[in-house]
Amino acid sequence: MSDLGTTSTAGGPLLEVTDLVKHFPIKSGLLIDREVDQVRAVDGISFSVNKGETLGLVGESGSGKSTACRAVLQLLKPTSGSVKFDGQEIAGKGRRELRPLRREMQMIFQDPYASLNPRKRIGQIVGDQLKIQKVASGKELRTRVEGLLERVGLSPEHYNRFPHEFSGGQRQRIGIARALALGPKLVFCDEPVSALDVSIQAQIVNLLDDLQDEMGLTYVFVAHDIGVVRHISDRIAVMNKGKIVETGDADQVCENPRDAYTKKLLAAVPIADPRESAARRRERATAG
Amino acid sequence: MSATPESASVSAIVGGGPLLAVDGLRVGFATEDGRVQAVDGVDFQLEPGEVLAIVGESGSGKSVTAQTIIGLTRSPNSHIEGSVRLNGEELTTQSESELQKVRGSQIAMIFQDPMTSMNPVFTVGSQIIEAIRAHDTSTSRKESRARAIELLEAVGIPDAAGRVDAYPHEFSGGMRQRAMIAMGLALEPSVLIADEPTTALDVTIQAQILDLIQDLNKSRGLATILITHDLGVVAEVADRVLVMYGGKVVERGTLEDIFYDPQHPYTWGLLGSLTRIDQPRPHRLPQISGAPPSLLNLPQGCAFRPRCPHEFAKCKEVPGLDARLSGDPNHRDRCWLEPDQKRKLREVEPGRIGLEEPT
Repeated sequence: MSDLGTTSTAGGPLLEVTDLVKHFPIKSGLLIDREVDQVRAVDGISFSVNKGETLGLVGESGSGKSTACRAVLQLLKPTSGSVKFDGQEIAGKGRRELRPLRREMQMIFQDPYASLNPRKRIGQIVGDQLKIQKVASGKELRTRVEGLLERVGLSPEHYNRFPHEFSGGQRQRIGIARALALGPKLVFCDEPVSALDVSIQAQIVNLLDDLQDEMGLTYVFVAHDIGVVRHISDRIAVMNKGKIVETGDADQVCENPRDAYTKKLLAAVPIADPRESAARRRERATAG
Repeated sequence: MSATPESASVSAIVGGGPLLAVDGLRVGFATEDGRVQAVDGVDFQLEPGEVLAIVGESGSGKSVTAQTIIGLTRSPNSHIEGSVRLNGEELTTQSESELQKVRGSQIAMIFQDPMTSMNPVFTVGSQIIEAIRAHDTSTSRKESRARAIELLEAVGIPDAAGRVDAYPHEFSGGMRQRAMIAMGLALEPSVLIADEPTTALDVTIQAQILDLIQDLNKSRGLATILITHDLGVVAEVADRVLVMYGGKVVERGTLEDIFYDPQHPYTWGLLGSLTRIDQPRPHRLPQISGAPPSLLNLPQGCAFRPRCPHEFAKCKEVPGLDARLSGDPNHRDRCWLEPDQKRKLREVEPGRIGLEEPT
């Protein structure tokens, strides 16, 4: 794939993934588990993300996009392949070695209900990592957390509240504040809006856009909704069955898809225009 | 497909009036924090062969409306007013055992999550057979089994005869939703209520399920109530649309009315915030500011007022669901603005409808 590193946006690649593989063993046996087969969740993918750009990763459930993210972040140990962050190889490094890197790479999760500890206060959820990484403590910690809350559109008074007091959209804002607390360079957004109401989705997408401009963030944006991915991404990679089947400029992939799977995916996206979708249905009927 | 035409859908036509008529439906729940009026005055009629979409966000009352139709919201803390008539027969006052006969045989419902709506310890076939025999004990096991296979075939499950003995976990999400639809159709109901039937599915599977619903709708005259938050799905299958907000219908009209001549600012906002892959992308995604209101604490007057950039003095009074466009009594909305003003305000960019210009 030669078109990977050749975009005009900003400097060199911040993240370079080469031939990343993550297989899960299928084990069977009475006393001793023997490996009988493998699930090839991520089956040799390569991509790079430049500083300040957004790479969209689309695919259906089971295509391996979430596993790919986790393997890149070393939350799952990759089976093989290389992951270079800022020129530094991180695949296969131990927990301790990875700890300083956790400041640089963060993740926003899909489910704002499950990804926040219900027994912790908002201030703790957002501030804990600042403590763990010994970045701030005491009064300074509180000021920083309050600043973050304001930045994502919450109010500093929310510091002592619990997650259950917030709506889905607000919880996702808390998740974003947590991800940004350590001032990361790269943020993985794993389906950050798919659990939210339609009118709230746009708010969160716009917030992510603003934060990227303000803080010079680089995003890997994972979603199954190709419309949202196209809106936020500079480039899109389409995944199917553990492999990247097409990569390219966001508009180009959506307007002139080259791969058969991408075409199928795009054709299935409902178009919110009755006349258009009726025309498309007629086309489908005559074609098939 | 084996449509037996003597089923309930025909008796509806014989009876005259609409197949399903909902009038002044109000559903309230007593909670620790006070009464929540989840549904506050919903009226609609459904004819055979029609797809009615109910659109709204979480807390808009769309699911409670659907569940109340088949009596699923009855409980000591709920308070139901208004009427639901199926072929002229009142359902809200029927006893639980009378309702049991209506559920499944006349009105079927399929749910959002095909992963949790089936019993994991029984085969898919046995669950369909159970549905058939629960209503008609005279059907033998053998006959019901043949019927189950036939139904699975009708909803497009490959190798239905082999799959009938499979357990739910052996089915993919799309196949499970098809099996749920098969179960719903087992007793040839005249009305299908589909509550977010494709939300948990991938887009390619979603397209197949929507095609299936539309097929059944055409070939069997199955009247469908489709509950969704996705206007893309609505555009694909619906004939008429109700837009709900804060427990009330804020706009209702035909598919064309809602998409090409929307009258309520909330509808504009929903249309505006869609990402369209067939159009150039806007610099910023138009958003609706704020959050849906809490039903415990609805704003005075129009419920959308706090989020609406076009609010004016009159909005402190609750607007009725009236026909405000001359010459179209069926396109109704709850917004005080004049139709001419609306036409100007909603066009945020030439040819693009939205709530306000994106900032």
